Amino acid sequence: MAENQNTVCFRTLHLDAKVRHTLESYRSVGGYVQWERILREKPDPDQLIDELKTSALRGRGGAGFPTGLKWSFMPRTKPGQKYIVCNSDEGEPGTCKDRDIMRYNPHQLIEGMAIAGYCIGATVGYNYIRGEFYEPTARFDGALEEAYAAGLIGKNLFGSGIDFDLYTHLGAGAYICGEETALLESLEGKKGQPRFKPPFPAQAGLYGMPTTINNTETLASVPVILEKSGKWFLEQGKPNNGGPKLFSVTGQVERPCNLEIPLGTPFKDVLEMAGGVSGGRALKAVIPGGSSVPVVPGDVMMRTDMDYDSIAKAGSMLGSGAVIIIAEGTCMVKVLANLAHFYAHESCGQCTPCREGTGWLARVLDRILAGNGRPQDLDLLDNVAGRIGGRTICALGDAAAMPVQSFLKHYRSEFEHLIEHGRSLVEAA
Amino acid sequence: MSFRNTPLAVIHDVDKETLLTPELRAEIDKHVAKYPPEWKQSAVMPALTLVQDHNGGWLSRELMDQVAAYLDMPETAVYEVATFYAMYDLEPVGRHKVCVCNSVSCMLGGAEELMHHIEKKYNVAPGGTTADGKLTFKEFECLGACRHAPAVMVDKAYHECVTPEAIDKIIDDLD
Repeated sequence: MAENQNTVCFRTLHLDAKVRHTLESYRSVGGYVQWERILREKPDPDQLIDELKTSALRGRGGAGFPTGLKWSFMPRTKPGQKYIVCNSDEGEPGTCKDRDIMRYNPHQLIEGMAIAGYCIGATVGYNYIRGEFYEPTARFDGALEEAYAAGLIGKNLFGSGIDFDLYTHLGAGAYICGEETALLESLEGKKGQPRFKPPFPAQAGLYGMPTTINNTETLASVPVILEKSGKWFLEQGKPNNGGPKLFSVTGQVERPCNLEIPLGTPFKDVLEMAGGVSGGRALKAVIPGGSSVPVVPGDVMMRTDMDYDSIAKAGSMLGSGAVIIIAEGTCMVKVLANLAHFYAHESCGQCTPCREGTGWLARVLDRILAGNGRPQDLDLLDNVAGRIGGRTICALGDAAAMPVQSFLKHYRSEFEHLIEHGRSLVEAA
Repeated sequence: MSFRNTPLAVIHDVDKETLLTPELRAEIDKHVAKYPPEWKQSAVMPALTLVQDHNGGWLSRELMDQVAAYLDMPETAVYEVATFYAMYDLEPVGRHKVCVCNSVSCMLGGAEELMHHIEKKYNVAPGGTTADGKLTFKEFECLGACRHAPAVMVDKAYHECVTPEAIDKIIDDLD
């Protein structure tokens, strides 16, 4: 297993912790070789995009959209400014991987963004980093300074006539800015409220210009794909599920960790690598892709592989790769109430079903948790969730609704017990 | 159209040299330079963060108005931003901000006990400030440090796997 780990975004992880984020360290693992080759040879961008298509790299932020296809939507030859934007607004509960990419291997993200800029015809990039990430931002800014000083980014790079400028933009605490059009609004100095689509960002994005937005891990994967080939990357995973992926294994697990392992690794191996369920308890449930995806009972997960298609078959989604482990003895009503509060707090307020509905969900769950639930409350929860999903501009509404429906489906008896008896079925009073 | 792709530029009748401080203006200018010249408003978030840090951790209406004037924005556009994002405080705060993550991984890792401890020991409810003005206690949504649950952000620094004893030590060490 070990030889398959940390082959892409974490390829500097084994180096001395004091210097592994520096330009010198990154160069020692082959960093910037691809970018320098591009500057020298100026290959046809379509060739590079084809390599990405071969790799089956899918968006690592949660949606899983094929990256090569996304880049091919850009009107590369159309005159006018175009932008590449990196979404480092990591905030999906359970997800803590992009933070570590910026802390441990910031140069690979810079190289990935520069290559992306070349492929889509963008000479300017922004890395939108969530406001709380002071330390990762300092690391990334330090790397930017090094890259500028080495002439790797800037104007007319190595006399190639190619320009690429890259800037950081710090957020200020809003989960919704991880939604790509909300992120663009935020970059434009506004509230982060998602835009209607179409137009899609590839037609009218940042400042109205064609824009591609990719997740940190997605962009940081690009230099290695070009180095080792799309075929190599694909073979690390499974067909349609190319590559290794970062998994954040958190919750009630013995050794919470980030793992960069091949897509398609069995969940039971992932759990074992994280030391098993904490305190030697039995596995109750898993939220396999960040808080927005449906919960899966533990026994089903133990038979499931960690890739987009296998997890979809198990009734959930791979999402951002945030694997939240829930142990036996944990009250699922309490977990769901926590999730509901998150979405109620983070709803941007633009669409009525989400703004009102997320508050309803949180209040009804609070009532049940406090022992004041009514028999009709479960139908009410289901009804409200059903009236949010699919009726909003962005996916936050669906993200709030899906956990409710899945928790009720798999753990209804816990909710019923709490309503009937006023106390939890599983937790000691 | 659900969005406008033109800046809201309004010119305020004010000498910009009188706004904020020369140091803040210089810092804000560094951010303004990142964006197209007509999109100065893109710098509103970093500008508000800088001004807030300079003002003891919160933004007064007067300061927001000065940011608006400096960036050629309508005041209301600045208020919209300042009220939307969780990291801006619009009322005076303690000397330090202690933000405990209570999203799902941290909750499963003991964030609730940690918050009860802080509430009880320092006699402060989430969102409140201690009587001595030392700290403002906040319940925060996911800090993105889920493998180190429970995570706490104190001012600008993350602390990880924080126990009640550890938070006491952290708070003791603050001025």
